[in-house]
Amino acid sequence: MTAAIDIVGLRKAYGKTTALDGLDLRVESGEVHGFLGPNGSGKTTTIRILLGLLRADGGSVSLLGGDPWSQATALHRRLAYVPGDVSLWPNLTGGEVIDLLGKLRGGLDPARRGSLLDRFELDPTVKARAYSKGNRQKVALVAALASDVELLLLDEPTSGLDPLMEAAFRACIEEERAGGRTVLLSSHILSEVEQLCDRVTIVRLGKTVETGSLAGLRHLTRTSVAAELDEPPQGLDLLPGVHDLDIVGNRVRCEVDTDKLTGFLRQLTAAGVRSLTSQPPTLEELFLRHYAGDEASVEQVSA
Amino acid sequence: MSTLTGTGALVRMALRRDRIMLVVWLYVLTAFVASTVYGFRGLYPTTAGRIDFVNTAAHNPAFLSLYGQIYGDSLGSLTAWRDATLLSIGTGLLSIFIVVRHTRADEEAGRQELIGATVVGRHAPLACALAVAVTANLVIAVIMAAAAIAFGLPAAGSLAFVAGIAGAGLVFAGIAAITAQLAQTARSARGLAIGVLVFAFLLRAVGDSAGQGGPRWLSWLSPNGWAELDRAFGSTRWWVLALPLAVALVAGAAGAMLATHRDYDAGLLAQRRGAAGSAALRSPLALAWRLQRASLLAWATGTLVYGIVIGSSAKGIGGALGSGEVRRIMARLGGQAGLTNAYLAALLSFTGLVAAGYAISTVLRLRSEETEGRADPVLATGAGRISWGAAHMSIAAAGTVLIMALTGLGTGIGYAYRAGGGGAEIGRLLTAGLAQAPAALVIGGIAAALFGLAPRASVATSWSVLGVVVAMLVLGATLQLSHWVLDISPFTHLPKLPGGTAHPTPLIVLCVVALLLGGAGLAGLRRRDIASS
Repeated sequence: MTAAIDIVGLRKAYGKTTALDGLDLRVESGEVHGFLGPNGSGKTTTIRILLGLLRADGGSVSLLGGDPWSQATALHRRLAYVPGDVSLWPNLTGGEVIDLLGKLRGGLDPARRGSLLDRFELDPTVKARAYSKGNRQKVALVAALASDVELLLLDEPTSGLDPLMEAAFRACIEEERAGGRTVLLSSHILSEVEQLCDRVTIVRLGKTVETGSLAGLRHLTRTSVAAELDEPPQGLDLLPGVHDLDIVGNRVRCEVDTDKLTGFLRQLTAAGVRSLTSQPPTLEELFLRHYAGDEASVEQVSA
Repeated sequence: MSTLTGTGALVRMALRRDRIMLVVWLYVLTAFVASTVYGFRGLYPTTAGRIDFVNTAAHNPAFLSLYGQIYGDSLGSLTAWRDATLLSIGTGLLSIFIVVRHTRADEEAGRQELIGATVVGRHAPLACALAVAVTANLVIAVIMAAAAIAFGLPAAGSLAFVAGIAGAGLVFAGIAAITAQLAQTARSARGLAIGVLVFAFLLRAVGDSAGQGGPRWLSWLSPNGWAELDRAFGSTRWWVLALPLAVALVAGAAGAMLATHRDYDAGLLAQRRGAAGSAALRSPLALAWRLQRASLLAWATGTLVYGIVIGSSAKGIGGALGSGEVRRIMARLGGQAGLTNAYLAALLSFTGLVAAGYAISTVLRLRSEETEGRADPVLATGAGRISWGAAHMSIAAAGTVLIMALTGLGTGIGYAYRAGGGGAEIGRLLTAGLAQAPAALVIGGIAAALFGLAPRASVATSWSVLGVVVAMLVLGATLQLSHWVLDISPFTHLPKLPGGTAHPTPLIVLCVVALLLGGAGLAGLRRRDIASS
């Protein structure tokens, strides 16, 4: 499998502000890759470098096997981009903008254009100045999804969409994945990423802090366990990787490092298990754990 | 709660927001009156001199259409003739800007939503806008009257004079209150109101220059005409001032009535639907043309009409220059023909500067597309930066040439119609207009180079360059600037046409310089980061 996007040690500064400080991102061909990070962590800067709109200060970037800066226009024929905040020309209609962007990209499929307009319930005859934010977003989505390209770069594409339209978007991306297209999806909506993405990359302060499959990432974090036992358990507090242990009579609640689950369960069964619920970590917990790092480091600095 | 609740607080905030703009307008309009009185007092200190001037000016259709009728030979009458109609355009524009700014522009920016959610009545924003406009016109009238009286003009006449000017301001505040309810956007609300203002000016211009037996009554239909028809410093017709007051009241009330029938941030004129798709929008050039064509059409029409007006007014120009002494000096400079040529050359070079302004604003559309986030989606497709940049730049260049060609053509048609000469005159003046284009192209090229190489500074610097070039052309001779300094301006190198001899070399050099500047801009654009919105 070749990588659609391969970024190593990417750096970019605006004057004295460092936007990217050694970011790594690898997106394999045919996968839907989630790109997560708090506001200002460098997601949009990374995407704009991939589009050749910004020039990298350092590091290596390969996009569809080419250099996004020097081969921009050739590469752009093979990708489509949806910005998070779509600005349109106020006196052009949505349909005109879709056709314009499609033609500039090298053509779009009219049948697909029509079906996408139906699915997103977008009226193409309305002038762009009369569109709401959500409708402007739909214009960019239809233009991108109706074009025959290998790679979709989506920068918070569902901001401003209502839940019904968000569901339509998710269905479209599922189809794209089935059709073998590669998608880089930058998003804040974790349920969306969790449902759609094969792998995710989490960035913070311009650096990659975590990358891998969701299953793999879950291994790095804790599973919450609640159990009712035959008798009060012994020695759980001595086990490695057990946190927030709360024992009331013969009921137990705790968080267990996912890679230490085996030893923990062995100890539980020794006491006889009447009922057991365990919850895998949600992406939200993964996400919060990395962002909580921000606050911890701030506290350390101020202490 | 009344529909006017909160108006007072809004007015205080609006006056605070506008305090600098209002002071600048006040200063410019008052300085205009002061310099007119001062100028006429110096030029024609004696009654005999003024009578001589009035006799010639009153028969010059160019003067009559531009300024209006002369109602006397006193210093006050000359001042009112020169300033009343022109300054009433100024107060009209000021009122339009104020009213639209505090109604539709605020709605468009979303600020009115914040305000409207507080304890503010439905009509308060419009009432506030009208109150600010009325206040501004009253203050301007009082200060202009004080200036006129300080220069020794009669008090009663001065009051009638400034009342006419402020009256026109009130009329256009009312008209803007109506267009603000009709139009879809703030921009078109302003455009509609300014359209009415231009129409009023043209009505008066036609009426005033019509002569005996012509449709002179047209001036009576125009708010622009009422400003002079009160004969401020002659036998004053005070009742004429009731016309603008009545129209302003009716228009303001009509605006308030219409305001109850429209939705927030929407006009009464229905938003037209457009095409569901487009086969023509297939390249950056097609997009740039689509974005720029309306502006070019307006500029082209405006300059063609301007050309026809200056061309048809040129014939009698010698007669306006008053005393025999002046005419003898002028005769030495080339006689009547030389005088007409010099007049047309001066007005055409003014249009050259205007065309340079068109070139700058058209090139800088690239910058606003970039900073407002509309460049990203285009540049993220197969369209390259060069084709995107070159598309807007070539429309700027072609538009500049077209504007100068139409100015020259219009001037030729107007002149040939009044003075005869047929196709030869038209060709001669078309060439004279076109000869201005290379200098305007150089200014546009500077904007293009700045956009590519120093994008952040491009807007301010481009317009400053034009400002310096205008100052050199207007003041260069007066300030006796050395030729080395004047040579910096591309307009210095143009031949004096019509009348002079044209050498192609400087024109070719200017075109090459413009091309090089545009190329430098494109080269810079290729190497730099695209700003994010």
